[in-house]
Amino acid sequence: MALISLENISFRYRRQQVIQQLDLELDDGGVLALLGPNGSGKTTLLKLMLGILHPHGGTVRLDGQDIRRIPAKERARRLAYVPQVHREAFGYRVFDVVLMGRMPHAGFLGRYGAEDRRLTDEALERMGISHLSERPYTEISGGERQMTLIARALAQGARVLVLDEPTNGLDYGNQQRLLDRLMALKQDHYTCLFTTHHPDHARRVADRVVMLQQGAILRDGSPAETVTPANVATLYGLESCTEHHHTQGEHLCCP
Amino acid sequence: MKPLPLLLSLVGLLAIMVVSLCLGKYPLQLAEISSFFRQEWFGGTALPTERMELLRNLLLEIRLPRILAAALIGAALATSGAAYQAMFVNPLVSPSLLGVLSGASFGAALGMVFFKNWYEVQLASFLGGVAAVLVAVGLARVYRISGTIMLVLGGVISGALFAALLSLVKYLADPYNQLPAIVYWLMGNLSLADRTTVLRVSLPICLGLGILMLSARKLNVLSMGDEEAAALGINVQQVRLLVITAATLISALTVVIAGAVGWVGLIIPHIARMLVGPDNTTLLPVSALLGAGYLIVVDDVTRLAFAFELPIGIVTALVGIPFFMLVLGNARKGWQ
Repeated sequence: MALISLENISFRYRRQQVIQQLDLELDDGGVLALLGPNGSGKTTLLKLMLGILHPHGGTVRLDGQDIRRIPAKERARRLAYVPQVHREAFGYRVFDVVLMGRMPHAGFLGRYGAEDRRLTDEALERMGISHLSERPYTEISGGERQMTLIARALAQGARVLVLDEPTNGLDYGNQQRLLDRLMALKQDHYTCLFTTHHPDHARRVADRVVMLQQGAILRDGSPAETVTPANVATLYGLESCTEHHHTQGEHLCCP
Repeated sequence: MKPLPLLLSLVGLLAIMVVSLCLGKYPLQLAEISSFFRQEWFGGTALPTERMELLRNLLLEIRLPRILAAALIGAALATSGAAYQAMFVNPLVSPSLLGVLSGASFGAALGMVFFKNWYEVQLASFLGGVAAVLVAVGLARVYRISGTIMLVLGGVISGALFAALLSLVKYLADPYNQLPAIVYWLMGNLSLADRTTVLRVSLPICLGLGILMLSARKLNVLSMGDEEAAALGINVQQVRLLVITAATLISALTVVIAGAVGWVGLIIPHIARMLVGPDNTTLLPVSALLGAGYLIVVDDVTRLAFAFELPIGIVTALVGIPFFMLVLGNARKGWQ
């Protein structure tokens, strides 16, 4: 049985159709990258999978169960959301932001216990940001904020991580570090799903790539068969793309 | 929750309350107040009967109810302001956001025109406040867009609607008796606070404060934005409804006690956040204590600084605005 399955999903904002009768199944384990131009419905698709948005037609199932019937707390224990890096209005300590990941496990009135604090420390450690623990979230860099949000998702205890453009707004070094973290998470048997604007990032870490165009799936398969110059050119409406071979792998280049 | 700032602000509030009992047109010594209370509770004959009568009237009938009224209003406005700021993810939001103060003012004005009984006026005021928030929430629902933006717009529309209705009542009111009473009351005035009213509203206000403070951890998560809160397992609609209900209840009740007192709900949470950080488990109680202390001090000033008594709403605005300009620079840093 598929871990997450989207069955004949349609979604619209007002009159604008964003997702058109889409079917997609996500299996346990591995990394899936979602590629697509701006406005292709990537983020909407993620939110539908997370049960934050509800489709106007079709059903989203988590472990075979209609996601709308799963209580919010239960859902949050299975699925964790890593949103795009944002600037928070309030300067919570990094520790407190990560601790919020324990909310679905917290007791009456959201009380956190010693175990919650221990798992928070562990998640900070794992993302290599223990030294930031006491810093206000508003005063750390974009890369550090992204690591904080992933740490929060890890603290949540879910085995499925859904990341919305995790490399967006990060510098080159931080992008590479983030992709390394994703690889490490894959090795630890997390199931990851992320959207990206970089075909190369998809090729580097993903086991499966789904290309989304105008709310429908254009290609779905292994990186080798999907992230080809021809497909990328079609996806983004470019005239041509070429492949460059470096010592560390191939890079796509679209003039 | 950090216990130290909580303890400090509690001690500060108690000190302010004791000092305020001494202050007035008829100043009292601390020693005399303490022997009054000792004699009142445990018996004794240190003070003569006439003196006891005078003190009883002065302390129990006049000063204590007024101090408690100021404390309740300050705590209610500051706490609901802090809770709204977390929920709407905007540090510049105040408890009047959803139109509760306009609605309550309209209700009170209407009550003053149509009812004789002060109790009925208070009830009308409370219902007006609740009605304005219902209109705001209802408008947000009409457009079927969930999220805080529509709520804010609903609040703006509702506030404007009830402000217009208030003008209508003022226009129709008898200009010799009713109109001055309405205008005076709208300025915010603690001299209206009597013991019965204060006792009657203290329980629901404390209840509302309790609900907000118990929701503190969920408010923390909600201040990450609705979608993230939903992904973290929060039932966003439910928590939002609970917080709006509690905050509306307590801010409408402050209008019942003393009319419209502005700015407290905006600046006190700011000061509290600068002192203890944004964690609502500490921020909400500290805001309540600071708000209570602040309003008692402002009330002392309005009673003593001038030959006549100034409406407290005027003073909170005159103090609040320049202070707000000072903290604005600091506040902006947080959300740019």
